[in-house]
Amino acid sequence: MSVSIQEQDFDVAAELAAMRNNSNKIGGMVTFVGLVRDFSRDGRVDSITLEHYPGMSEKALDNIIAVASARWNLIAARVIHRVGLLLPNEQIVLVATASQHRGEAFAACEFIIDYLKTDAPFWKKEQTPDGGNWLETKTSDVQRIKHWSAKNGEAA
Amino acid sequence: MKISLLYFGRPRELLALSNETADVPDNITTLGALLAWLRLRGEIWNKELADNRVRCAINQEFSGLDDSIHDQDEIAIFSPISGG
Repeated sequence: MSVSIQEQDFDVAAELAAMRNNSNKIGGMVTFVGLVRDFSRDGRVDSITLEHYPGMSEKALDNIIAVASARWNLIAARVIHRVGLLLPNEQIVLVATASQHRGEAFAACEFIIDYLKTDAPFWKKEQTPDGGNWLETKTSDVQRIKHWSAKNGEAA
Repeated sequence: MKISLLYFGRPRELLALSNETADVPDNITTLGALLAWLRLRGEIWNKELADNRVRCAINQEFSGLDDSIHDQDEIAIFSPISGG
């Protein structure tokens, strides 16, 4: 279970290989990779700049993984979140989970990225031809969280 | 009391400030009162630190306007988060 916040890009294959080589009990691994789009609601996006709250962001991600690990039987989980200037098509975030059976890896991966959106202190600013916009937590992301607590009658 | 203040996201950019140590009067006891006190600094502060524009953390935990603040706390003030 590990978290990295970094400016440099990550190699998904290398991350999965490291995860796989750590255990012979893994039956499946699931990965989510978030990318920079070249558009938003308001038009073209030339780049985004990501910042975070050092100390709290690592703690928040560790906590999300701990909650996921308490809920599903995970063998491994890895989160990498990039910060700094990112261009369209670049990778922003990796969430990878490994478990004995695919169902738990799928669910935990989705849970971790959903909570990352609402509970981890990162900020994105889009640079567009008209200037810059700070993005804010989407209502749809807050709504998504609710289905996790509704499912098990517990809050994360 | 001495409070360490950190700013992230839009307020950091618009206030052109990422951190400071503030000498906060002892009668300011909640996060909401601290924001109101900071808003007195000027027009941009009054606008950017409106209760409905910012979220806050006390000692790296998300916190609400009614939460108490204490000497030596680390208080972060930021626009709504947008990671991932």
